[in-house]
Parts: sequence; structure tokens; C-alpha cells
Amino acid sequence: MSSLTLILIVAAIAAAGFIAARARAQSLAVAGSTLHSRPVNHGAMGFVLAALPAFLVLCLWLAAEGPIGTAAIEAGLSAAEQELPDAERGLLVERIRNIAAGIETGEVSSEAHRAAAAAYVDALAASRLWMSIIVIALSVAGAFIGMTRVSAERRARNEAERVARAIMLVASLVAILTTIGIFMSLIFESVRFFGKVPLTEFLFGLEWSPQTAIRADQVGSSGAFGAVPLFLGTTLIMLIAMVVAVPVGLFAAIYLSEYAGPRTRAVVKPLLEVLAGIPTVVYGFFAALTVAPFLREIGATIGLDVASESALAAGAVMGIMIVPFISSLSDDVINAVPQTLRDGSYAMGATKSETIRRVVLPAALPGIVGAVLLAVSRAIGETMIVVMAAGLAGNLTFNPLDAVTTVTVQIKTLLVGDQEFDSAKTLSAFALGLVLFLVTLVLNIIALRTVQKYREKYD
Amino acid sequence: MTDTPATRPGTPPKTPEEHLFEDTKLHLFRRYAAERRFRLYGQIAIMVALGMLGVMLFTIVGNGWKGFLQTYVALDVYLDPAKIDPAGARDEAKLRNADYLPLIKDALDEAVPGVTERAERRLLTGFLRNNPTVPVRDFVLENPHLIGTTQRIWIATSDDIDVFAKGGYDRAMPEGDRRIKDIEIAWYDMLWNAGRIEVRFSDVLFSAGDSREPENAGLLGAIMGSVFTLLVCLIITLPIGVLAAIYLEEFAPKNRISDFIEVNINNLAAVPSIVFGLLGLAIFLQFFGMPRSAPVVGGTVLALLVLPTIIISARAALKAVPPSIREAARGVGASELQVVTHHVLPLAMPGIMTGTIIGMAHALGETAPLLMIGMVAFIVNVPEGFTDSATVLPVQIFLWSDSPERAFVAKTSAAIMVLLGFLILMNLAAIMIRRRFERRW
Repeated sequence: MSSLTLILIVAAIAAAGFIAARARAQSLAVAGSTLHSRPVNHGAMGFVLAALPAFLVLCLWLAAEGPIGTAAIEAGLSAAEQELPDAERGLLVERIRNIAAGIETGEVSSEAHRAAAAAYVDALAASRLWMSIIVIALSVAGAFIGMTRVSAERRARNEAERVARAIMLVASLVAILTTIGIFMSLIFESVRFFGKVPLTEFLFGLEWSPQTAIRADQVGSSGAFGAVPLFLGTTLIMLIAMVVAVPVGLFAAIYLSEYAGPRTRAVVKPLLEVLAGIPTVVYGFFAALTVAPFLREIGATIGLDVASESALAAGAVMGIMIVPFISSLSDDVINAVPQTLRDGSYAMGATKSETIRRVVLPAALPGIVGAVLLAVSRAIGETMIVVMAAGLAGNLTFNPLDAVTTVTVQIKTLLVGDQEFDSAKTLSAFALGLVLFLVTLVLNIIALRTVQKYREKYD
Repeated sequence: MTDTPATRPGTPPKTPEEHLFEDTKLHLFRRYAAERRFRLYGQIAIMVALGMLGVMLFTIVGNGWKGFLQTYVALDVYLDPAKIDPAGARDEAKLRNADYLPLIKDALDEAVPGVTERAERRLLTGFLRNNPTVPVRDFVLENPHLIGTTQRIWIATSDDIDVFAKGGYDRAMPEGDRRIKDIEIAWYDMLWNAGRIEVRFSDVLFSAGDSREPENAGLLGAIMGSVFTLLVCLIITLPIGVLAAIYLEEFAPKNRISDFIEVNINNLAAVPSIVFGLLGLAIFLQFFGMPRSAPVVGGTVLALLVLPTIIISARAALKAVPPSIREAARGVGASELQVVTHHVLPLAMPGIMTGTIIGMAHALGETAPLLMIGMVAFIVNVPEGFTDSATVLPVQIFLWSDSPERAFVAKTSAAIMVLLGFLILMNLAAIMIRRRFERRW
């Protein structure tokens, strides 16, 4: 039985539990007793009792199946295979899983592996059967309890509200769970990476070439994990993007909030928002197909050697992508500056631009800094534009015409395609991810703080 | 007036006041010039931003219209019963496995007579699409009663001929520089003059999965993958997002935990999307052992990604409902939950829907996290369920943009146009809901 049908069955039982409990409460009311809660509340509790425990068990069961299955397959391996390093054993388990799922790629599987796969299929089927039985039994029992507990004095309404509130609390905790999940997975894999490559080498090493060889005897198989070229490349592209985005975004915001009439505003603002709504693959395609060759051609005509994957192309297009981000945030903070400040300045005989430069912008500065910081964090974490338009090799350069690579490009390159489990190469992606996460987190916290503090000042 | 020496004969000498006035005028002139410059900077900034938007859309549409079209060549194929159905039973399985290639070669010989040299003959077969037998086979399977007659069947050309037909190669270019030989151009002209070549709407773009051959590659697989992924995303994110928003806006006590949740959601909204991909890879794939490349995993990851956006917009919608509504409901004896479910939530629903649609549009355009969980695999089959291997529209764009064949440039642009079309539709729906149902209090 698939989990979807099971969920539908549980839902049906819960609906029955609702109807039964409500009907019982109604019959009590008809019989003349004064109920504390309305029949609907009793019905709701019947529904909750029938659905909630069953659903929780179902989720836990499905979640546990993967890890337990892996452990079971590993326990079934031969003694020699048990001795294998984690990486190869993981591959083996994956292959047996694939055989069980009916996917056989490449290598011919051994008899033992086929048997293991067959055993796995049987175990999975048994597990699913027991899961169905237990879940349905729980659901029916819940519905039954819900019905028997109906009485005139029962405070079903309070119970139902408490349950509803608890469910809402759990829903709002999902965001925290996500953060914890991100943090744990990154930390866990990064610690394993730093077990193979020392932290100082990663943070201060000047050479990045993660291509470890598949066989140990190959030449140059060591791999170098000095991430400084990546940090430098990321910074370079981010700076180029900011050089484009900050003036354009800021002046656009100033013009829109201080000069433009309502009609211009009504047309231009949504058009700028369109820039923000365009998916980043589209920008990447534009950068790689149009902007990069264009810059290369211009470079050739004025005698400059521009790399076909130059940092300039990726950075400039990324800057365009970030413009609406800066302009809409700055627009907000500029509008939040009280009109009285402007009026005071005009009364002193200042022109509009003088008022903006001497009064409005200084007053809005913290907010604008916050917006720029958020934009920086966006630029650092942006992936698709740089994947499609920036280079792959980590060059230690600050020349915008050269090809550089970024943290996100490397994460994508290391994790897409054939993965070697547990190799330093794969794990390094998580270490890079951790750095990315921490840097953007710090930037976001500072930015949100400044924006918020500033907002309170004028409220 | 008398003690100021006349500077120039003919002009009256100036008073100190007049000097001052001149200075002020000059000063004022400069200030006004600065004012105009400043204003101009703003206009230039807006023009730069919108100009880039225009250039981008222009290049994409300029390339993309070709991707919707495909060049077809008409062949008069004699559906020889001796070759495809010697038994004469019109048995479907037999017809499906019959070899149609000889029929096509005969028809080609008839259309382009006089090609005898081996290499040229191979080139001539290469004029047609990869697997040219498919359209003929499909035609026969659909019309088995026509076996034994000669039928005009339109077969797609190879990608290079297609690019040439749409003006991609210059005839004046030296033969070595283009991927199409002079003799092929001669054949093309011959077929064109015979009315056998037509460029029309591609029949594979919206009805086939991916392919290595541009002329056979379609978007249906990616579109279905996107649909399944977004469904999973919506099913997860809408209830959780709305419940969380209700809790935070209506029930949460003002304390440190609530503040922490709020700060957390705001920060999560700004975490780079690729980090969510790492989360999906480490937790869903490696720890829970969920299937790679599957829409369930992709949808779950995207759900976590857009959850903060949805919570924030749903909270804004709930906040927009005036407190008087709540007070009135409490006044007639509604419980806290009833206040929310009977009054606040229905009034906030248009705002929540708008936010959700915009969140889904965001999820539809997201690429990076899906690369991490294996949705970049080359998948020919159109996915049929939530656990089938699949890819999504933006990832398909990424894959095609990486392909070396020139015809894929047009295909990629066409795919971008399709993606943008979906995004425009979703945003229009959001705007319409807002216009129609939004209430100002």
C-alpha cells in the first residue's frame, strides 16, 4: 500500500471519527443534557484523535525507513565488504538499493548482491505492511476513543483550541528546524572535511584544485584545498556587481521617490520589479550568450585581452539583477524620512538635489547601508549567473577581465555529476557551504538590525 | 558710481550690489545646473536598468522564436507492404518493429535523384532528423489501411539544416567555416524550389522529453517535472506557512521565543538558495535515503526555501485585517480560534493567495538547489509521478544552454520564453486576485 493511499484511508477514518463523535454529542443534547461544548467541538476532537497519532507514526516510520534500511544492508554485507572504507561501502549500499529498485547500471551485480537486494525488497514490503496495520489500528482506536469520551461535561472546545494552537506552534517551529537542519548538516560534513584537510590550509591556502584522483597512484592525486582564490573571486564579482548596482539602484530610487510623478512611478516601479522576478538562469544565459562575447569583442577592438568567462560579464549582469533589490529597499527608507526634514531644508532655500544630498540621504543612510549589505549577501550567494558565466579555475587575480571562480560555482561543480562519497572533494563543498552560510548570515543579521533600528527611529 | 573705474568703454560701470548680484546669479546658475545633473543621473539610472531589461528580453525573443519552429521536409514515401508488413496481417506489434529506413531512403532518392557516392549518400540521410523513421512509423500505426500507397510525410530535418533554414548560416561563408556543406545547400535549394521544405511550429517542443538531438528535444518532461515539483512544494508550504503566520500574528505571546522565531524566519529568507540544496542533499538524500532527481525531494527543498516568504506575506495579510473585526467577534462570544477561522482568515485570504502565488513563481524559477539533489540528470522520459526521475524548466534551460549544438541556442531561448510565460501568468493571477478581492479598511 502506498503511503498516499494510507494517508487517504486515515483521512477517511478521521472523518468517520468526526461524524461519530459529533453525532453522539448531538444525541446527548437531544436527550436533554446541557453540553459544555458544541457537538462540532467534540467532532473535531474525534478527528484529531483519529488522525494525529496515526499521521505522526506514519511520518516517523517513513523517516526511519531509510537509515534503518541502510544499516540492515550494511549488516548483510560480507565480512570483507564490511572492512571497506566508508565511501566504498556507501556506494555498495547504494548499488544494492538500485538493484532492489530495478535499476541496474553498468556493472553486473554479483549473486550475493542480488540476494541482498531481494532480502531488502522483502524487508521493505514487510515494513510497509506492518506500518499500514499499525497506522490503521491507531487511527481506528483514536476514532473510537474520541467517540467514547463524548460527555456533557467534557470541555471539548478548550481541548480542540489547545490542539489547534499546538499545531500552529509546531508549524512555526519548522523555520527553526530548517535552520538547525542546515546548520547541522553543514557542520557535520565540514567537521569530516576538516578531519582530512586542516582548517588553516582551507582558509589561508592559495591553491584550489580539488580534483583528487580516483586511483591513489595517479600523478597529482593529492588535491589542494586552499580556498583563498575562491574567496577572492567571489569578492571580485561581488564588487563588480555592487559597482553596477549601487549607483544605478540608488539613483533610480532617488529619482522615483523624489522627482518622478505618480504616473512615471506607476509605470517604472513594476518594470523594475520585473527585473527581480526574472529567474537567475535567464540572467546566466544572457551573461554567457550575449554580454560575455560583447565584452570580448569590445576588448579586442581596443586591444585588451578579455577572457571569455570574464569576471566583468558575470559581475555586470549580476549587478543588473540586484538593481531592483537595492532600489526598492532604498525607496522604502527614503520614503520613511519625514517630510518635515525636507520642508525645513527647502525653507532654508536649498534646491531639491541639495536637500536630497545634505538632508534626505544622511537621514536615510543607515537604511541604505542595510540595503547594500543585503544586496552583498545576495551577490555572494548567487549561483546560476556565475555557474553559467564565470570560470572554473581558481585564479589569484583581481583583474576583472580575467576568469575567476566563486564559492557557489565550486559547490555546484563538486556536487553535480558523479560523486565519490566521503571524499575530501565532495566534503569540501559542504565546508564552502558553511563559509557561505555563516558569511551571509552575519551580513543579514547586521543588515536587518540596521534597517529595523532605523525604521523605529522615525516611527 | 564715480569711484569705480569703467572697465570697458560703452558699458556702464557696476555697483558693488550689482557685483554681488552677478555672483549670486552665477552661483544660482551652478546650483541649478547641479540640480539638473542630479535629476539626469536618476533618469540615466532608470534607463540603464530598463534598457538592460529590454536588451535581455529582445535577445531572448530574437533567438527564441526560432526555437518554436522546426524545418520539415516532405518525402513521398511508398509504404511498401513487402518491406514493412510481409505477412499482410497489419499486426500492430509487427508494424511497430518494422524497419522503415529503406522506405525513407527510397523516398529520399526520389526527391534528390542522382546521389550515388557513399559519403554523399550518408550526408543525404543526415539531412533528416536523428531517428527519421519515427514519424513514418507513427503515420503507419495511425493509418494501417494506407499501406501499399504512396504518402507525403513531413519529416523534421537535422539541426544544422534547421539552423540554415532559419538563416543561421551565411551562404557567402567559406564551406569550411560552417557546419553545412555546399552540396547540402544545393539539395536544400532543390527541395525548397520543389515546395518540399516548410518551416512550421515544432511538433516535439510541447510533446516530447529531452533529447541530445536539438530537433528531437522537447519541453514536456521539464514542464511535467515542474508541475509535480510545484505541487509538492505547494502542498507542504501552504498549510505550514499559513499556520505559522497565524500563530505568530495572532497567538504568539510577546516573549523571547517568539522574537527568536521571527528573527529566524527573516534570516532564513535571505539564506542563499544553494545552501538549501546542500540541506536537501545531506538530509533528504543521504540521511533519509529519498530518491535522487525526484520531484518529492525537489518540492520539499523548494518548500523550505519559499516558506519564509510565504510566512512573511501571510503575516502581512493578517496584519492588514483591522483589530475592530477581532474585537467584534470576541464581543459576540467567539473563541480565539473562531475569531481567526471565521473572521480574520477569510478576510486575509486574498492577500495570502497573492503571496502564495508569488512564492510559487519564485519556486518555479529556482535552479541552484535542484542541481544539488540530482535534478540535472539527462532524462528522456516524461515523469509520471512524484518519485520518477525528473527535471524542471529552469534546469532544462541550464542543461540546454550547456549543449554545444547551435540549434540549442534557439531552443534554450524558446524554453526561457515558456518559463517567462508561466511566470507572467502566475503574476497576472496574483495581480488579478489582489485587484478583485483586496479590501482597503
